[in-house]
Amino acid sequence: MPLAPLLRREGLAKLSGREQYVDDLDIPGALHGITVRSTSARGTIRNIRFDPEIDWSSFVIVDHRDVPGLNTVKLIETDQPALAATEVRHIHEPVVLLAHPSRRALRKAVRAITIEVDPLPSVLDFTVRPTPEQIQHGSDNIYKQITITKGDARSILADAPIIVEGVYRTGAQEHVYLEPQGMIAEEVDGVIIIRGSMQCPYYVHTAVCHALGREADQVRIIQTPTGGAFGGKEEFPSGVAIHAALLALKAGRPVRLVYDRTEDLAATTKRHPSWTRHRTAVASDGQLLAQEITFLLDGGAYMTLSPVVLSRGMIHAAGPYHCEHISIDGRAVLSNTVPFGAFRGFGAPQSLFAVERHMDRIALRLGLDPVTVRQRNLLADGQTTATGQVVADGVDRQGLLNRALSLSDYAAKRETHRQFNIDTPDRRRGIGLTTFFHGAGFTGSGEVYLDSKVAVAGLPDGTIEVRTASTEMGQGTTTIFTQLASDRLGLPPEAVAIAQPDTAVVPNSGPTVASRTAMIVGRLVQEACDDLRRQLSLDATDRGNDVAEAIRAWHRTHPNGLLLGQGHYRPPPGIEWDEGTYRGEAYGAYGWAAYVAEVEVDLRTYGTTVLDFVAVQDVGTVLNTTLARGQVQGGVAQGIGWTLMEECQWEDGAMTNNQLTNYIIPTSSDIPPIRVAFQETPYPHGAEGAKGLGELPMDGPAPAIANAIAAATGAEAAVLPLTPERLMADLDR
Amino acid sequence: MTPPTSDVALGFLLNGSSVSVTCAPEDRLLDLLRGPLRLPGTKEGCGEGECGACTVLLNGLPVNSCLVPSYQADGATVETIEALADERHAALLEGGATQCGACTPGVAMTAEWIRRHPALGKRFPLSELMAGNLCRCTGYDGILKSLEAALTDDEGTA
Repeated sequence: MPLAPLLRREGLAKLSGREQYVDDLDIPGALHGITVRSTSARGTIRNIRFDPEIDWSSFVIVDHRDVPGLNTVKLIETDQPALAATEVRHIHEPVVLLAHPSRRALRKAVRAITIEVDPLPSVLDFTVRPTPEQIQHGSDNIYKQITITKGDARSILADAPIIVEGVYRTGAQEHVYLEPQGMIAEEVDGVIIIRGSMQCPYYVHTAVCHALGREADQVRIIQTPTGGAFGGKEEFPSGVAIHAALLALKAGRPVRLVYDRTEDLAATTKRHPSWTRHRTAVASDGQLLAQEITFLLDGGAYMTLSPVVLSRGMIHAAGPYHCEHISIDGRAVLSNTVPFGAFRGFGAPQSLFAVERHMDRIALRLGLDPVTVRQRNLLADGQTTATGQVVADGVDRQGLLNRALSLSDYAAKRETHRQFNIDTPDRRRGIGLTTFFHGAGFTGSGEVYLDSKVAVAGLPDGTIEVRTASTEMGQGTTTIFTQLASDRLGLPPEAVAIAQPDTAVVPNSGPTVASRTAMIVGRLVQEACDDLRRQLSLDATDRGNDVAEAIRAWHRTHPNGLLLGQGHYRPPPGIEWDEGTYRGEAYGAYGWAAYVAEVEVDLRTYGTTVLDFVAVQDVGTVLNTTLARGQVQGGVAQGIGWTLMEECQWEDGAMTNNQLTNYIIPTSSDIPPIRVAFQETPYPHGAEGAKGLGELPMDGPAPAIANAIAAATGAEAAVLPLTPERLMADLDR
Repeated sequence: MTPPTSDVALGFLLNGSSVSVTCAPEDRLLDLLRGPLRLPGTKEGCGEGECGACTVLLNGLPVNSCLVPSYQADGATVETIEALADERHAALLEGGATQCGACTPGVAMTAEWIRRHPALGKRFPLSELMAGNLCRCTGYDGILKSLEAALTDDEGTA
């Protein structure tokens, strides 16, 4: 039985403007905070000069000496200071914090502080080997190096008659969530309470406890409705929360630290720039014989999540194809730019762009249709991925591709474009496709390590409250959890409340990342509902009023009692992963997709217009059609931006176009109709058969569009973004 | 209009009620709405008139309230998201026009302006009319389709 449809539960609150985001909260007596940042890419702090023109006594001033715990933003590593003490590693690195009642006074004060730095040699190009003077991490500036080996690619390549080579590059991308970063901190009865915009309340909790030297029960993190995140509010908010807390402790009053757009664009994490080289041995019929791949990521000035972004990028780097011999070598390296971090797709959009653009190069070289090359190599059940994972999920991958081809009218379009390009002097049309996959949930044993927990509380009035740390950031957590719990217990949606994530109330269901919420946490919500029913001595046939009445009866006999059903993650059987050798089941489930883009390039302006876009995917059972379609269309739009227009411009490792005036994201007039279709092969271990969905649609647009541009114009189309300037240089080469 | 140099007392019609307020000369209409007038439904997305999250209707026309000096509202009619009745949002709710919600009040206000002037939607593509409101979540289809549905509904009930 499919779940009953449900409109977005908080939708009306958002449409009516009643939803209260962090900067909408009216906190009496709160000061405003601001961050004073480095203006040097790398160096030793010599002095911090406060302009005597300003009366500093009216400001709360915080620097590294005010950090009561360990002065680091704890994540995978503890390399990033909460506030720089002696050394800065990138422009915009936080050094001093200020608080004051007036935002205007703060903006003036920031300009009156000079951070004097003795410069040190910086690294601004991550593809160049550093000199000894540039080393800042380990002995080589490498944050993480990974090798994936299947078979013996080197021997095959040594004797191969046909080798296709290519180098592919992608640029940084800003998340541009419409609500900038923000936190409000205060101390109440010895407990630091921090409210703000975030994906992962327990990440923030861990980082704040670490930096402030507090016990877990002395820190309480509450997520406020979050106006978009896309990974940009995975790890970055931890630092903002620490800063707000430091100011609040020193001020003895609540402090509101909310970024404006220019600060948010300049100082927050972005998608990792990448460099990928492919050397591929192929048979004349298009069969992949050996893939040798080198994958480099620019990690920026601190490690953040770069090792896991690298890992996911590499696991996807060979594409959704069967090949007996694969060698992938990857490194994430330091540079003195703003740290790069989590962003929807998490390394996979970069590596999939490379392999999927490369597949079209292979087709061109062999004189085959790009469809043929993919049909010949797409993984079939029983075959293995690059990590040796046997694919056996019953998904009809050839069928996905065929559906995308027929929905997009691919074959006929190829013919009409041929004629159009002869008849039309100034414009060129082309169609391009990509087949790809995206692993859902944490990599390897990551989900076991997360050890996620969920609770469903039965309340005295017979309603229930779902308690998880999984946040709503627009993707639909609240609605999906309501549908799942309502369906499981037969209660109407109105009888299901979703608790606002608050670390004092909700158990740790893990971070809201990696397309894991519906599939993994949703499943735990169902299990917690079952556990609640067990505690009430009900059986599975008891639903609706029987459940509500049993909850009320329990409370009559247990006054002030806590009735909690619990769900606790257990891995599906057969998941084996070896982190040392990178062999085994990298992901419990994969979403699979085939996307097709049709473009027109104007040869006078070199501007590209996407005329049509078809997105066909298998993400298991679709739990809510409107939400799922919205995720795909939103991801495709974000992908179109990354492919054609979004370009961070850098000077000395700092983003110089940190305004929406010149960092251009797509508007409604830039986006074609995005036609979405789902093939639904239920995943037995996901909630109601669901697999991860949120990130997959970010992977497909770049290769589909680049392949279409190449088909239209003959461009190399190997470097993103394909701005008019870059395409002009490409075609005039 | 010469910009004032000291605090200025303003009066205007806000969501149907007269308001009087004193503000600094550099205060933007957005600051006034979100601050002393306590209407946080209007959001600040970029502060430079690019994203449209702060869209309000000034004398019936959509404007970015981050680009309007407050004193320009003196004697004007200002409508914010708080002025719209819940029923007005039905089509946008059903069509998936909102996800994270940060752009949504601005989107809803531009949509409201188009609905009050349905001839606009017949002369210009909705994708052009809505191009001043950036949305990072929906890919715009949910917004455009639900606005289309709202315009059709409006026609039926007109």
